[in-house]
Amino acid sequence: MKKLATFVLVLTLVFSSALTGFASANVTKFTLWTFIQQHARFYQVMTEKWNELNPDRQVELEATVLPYDDMHNKLQIALQSGVGAPDICDVEVSRFPNFLLGTPQLFPLNDAFAPYIEDIVASRLGIYSKDGNFYGAPTHVGATVAFYYVDILEDAGVDYRDIKTWDDFAAAGRKLKEVYPDKYMGVAETGAAWTVTAMLAQQGSDLVSTDDQPAINTREMLRAVTTLQNMLKDGILTTCPDGQPDTEGGKGYIDQGNVATVIMPQWFMSRFLDEIPSLKGKMAIAPVPVFEEGMPRSLGLGGTGTVVTLTAKDKVLAAEWLAYAKLSEEGNRMIWEDLGFDPCNTALWTDTEMTHNPNNRYNQYFLNNAFDVLNEVKEEIMMIRSSSISPIINQYVTTTMLNELFEDLMDPAEVLEEAQYVIESQIF
Amino acid sequence: MNKVLAVLYDQKVAPYVFVLPFVLTFLIFFVYPLITTIQMSFQDILPGVVVPVGFKNYQRLLGDRIFRTAVSNSLWYTVWTLALLIPFPLVFACMINSRSMKWQGFFKAALFLPVLTSVVVSGTIFRLMFGELEGSFMNTVRTFFGLSPIKWLKVQRTGFATMVLMACWRWTGVNMLYFLSGLKNIPLELYESAEIDGANAWQQFRHVSAPLVKPTIIYVLTISIYAGLAMFTESYMLWAGNNSPRNIGLTIIGYLYRQGWEQNRMGYASAVGLVLLVVGMTINLIQLRLTGVLGRRGG
Repeated sequence: MKKLATFVLVLTLVFSSALTGFASANVTKFTLWTFIQQHARFYQVMTEKWNELNPDRQVELEATVLPYDDMHNKLQIALQSGVGAPDICDVEVSRFPNFLLGTPQLFPLNDAFAPYIEDIVASRLGIYSKDGNFYGAPTHVGATVAFYYVDILEDAGVDYRDIKTWDDFAAAGRKLKEVYPDKYMGVAETGAAWTVTAMLAQQGSDLVSTDDQPAINTREMLRAVTTLQNMLKDGILTTCPDGQPDTEGGKGYIDQGNVATVIMPQWFMSRFLDEIPSLKGKMAIAPVPVFEEGMPRSLGLGGTGTVVTLTAKDKVLAAEWLAYAKLSEEGNRMIWEDLGFDPCNTALWTDTEMTHNPNNRYNQYFLNNAFDVLNEVKEEIMMIRSSSISPIINQYVTTTMLNELFEDLMDPAEVLEEAQYVIESQIF
Repeated sequence: MNKVLAVLYDQKVAPYVFVLPFVLTFLIFFVYPLITTIQMSFQDILPGVVVPVGFKNYQRLLGDRIFRTAVSNSLWYTVWTLALLIPFPLVFACMINSRSMKWQGFFKAALFLPVLTSVVVSGTIFRLMFGELEGSFMNTVRTFFGLSPIKWLKVQRTGFATMVLMACWRWTGVNMLYFLSGLKNIPLELYESAEIDGANAWQQFRHVSAPLVKPTIIYVLTISIYAGLAMFTESYMLWAGNNSPRNIGLTIIGYLYRQGWEQNRMGYASAVGLVLLVVGMTINLIQLRLTGVLGRRGG
């Protein structure tokens, strides 16, 4: 009797577990890591759309937001050991080359991308690829623009539209100083190189040379950092709390209305909306000032390449979901509408129904339209090289070099010479 | 089954059975990683590609400026923590141990409480307290005394001082307890006979407490040397990551972490780890020789 009861019990358990397996056969659960809250939200939105279009291959996304350094380090450890990696992961552009070293432990996305790549800016795909294989799905173009706090500039008698060159910028800064001694025209970053890199690109230069060597001690870099340092010394600029605008301290500082200009990639618009509420209706967008008129006024900066790891459950499905979420026309529309980023599908930049939608919350925040500016500089958007030595360069620049220049106000020529030497010694 | 039990319970075999868990743990978690680390330090390791490179990693270490910064930071940190975290806890322990001290339990608890906090939490709180903005706690104190706010964690001196301060706040309690237990082992009769012989408090300390608490001091010294050289979490939490401005907070382990996991160079990181092992071992062996724990050479 006891044996029979046991047998029946076991049989029931087996059947019921088989049944539950059957019921969830067409929903695949994926774990996803990201370091930006807004990205996680976007992925959930795109998952809902995917499920509507693919009822027989549904996806359930478990997205986790981790701090930047932590997430990248954890991913690195997981990929090195082969255990514990998520199925899908955001990897920021400045750390991406580290994941391409040796044999990338990432799933090639060529097949999944095939239906969409014609419409996507090729260079944004290139930074996340190796040996002809695409490993990361780009998020945006990241065109750098200047965000101007119009109210305080008007008080100082400055029309932001007149600022074309860095000389104009400095002059405007001096006028601002007369009216608001405690405010600044902008910030000199020590924890990131947005403005410095934009200044390099204007002069046709880059952090990495064409033969993959660090290009730190160059004429162009000297011009860029000296200009910034002089403005800092004149009190036109200040250093940014926490090192750069895209930090808690930085955003808080901007929210208090202390700076008239924020020079950041276009995706910083989403941070204005979510985390800088007091400047709503007071900010305008314009091209970045240049050294001489005629220089290219923008540069694609920042970026997140989303990867599928080799340990993912259903790599093909994950890759197809990813390609849909970030490269399809629908995905690109949502990248603007939900995230406020400039999508890689640049054909959409002239779709005025999308770009000038008055109900779009990003359009409501700013005084002018982002795409008017983007289309104005569309042909002038430079791209920087992403090389295997970029993480090393970025590391030194954002911890030591910029601090020496803008916190300690050391002699730029000496700092650059030292930086070139140390970075070269770190490369092997 | 009975045969197995007979073997296990055998008088000769039993000791080995008891020691087995420790031996296994030691072999798996200490000896094996040590051997593989030595191996890895002679290689360049990338996923799917492992290339033996001989002594190249060590050669690079010699010329690596940032590694020298890390070593210098770790060494100075060790020196300062030794200077502050041995004398003062010893004094506190003597004070608490003394018969004339009131509210011993309270002081013991108060000094030990910081030890119970998580390093992560306390590091974060210290980072906020020593923040660079005017509203941070320390800057508020400075402006109260009419001084201007400073960027505590961006400058070498103050950043380093904050790190040492945090260590002192945290570890005084532990060292104090070590010394306290060492002092408790000293029989009271020795103090009584010293008093009868006319010794005052300082002489009692010098001639009774200090020599008899020496083994404890040596123990604390040894573990402090290791802990100082291998410090990582405090620095990591104080600067919210491994990237302190101009590497003022970078330690040897911090550099190992950076090379191994941030820059994906496990071979180089292994070399860093081994250098730390050799440095720490050398310092401690010298120290133990000098204090007489390990036999003297030639009397």
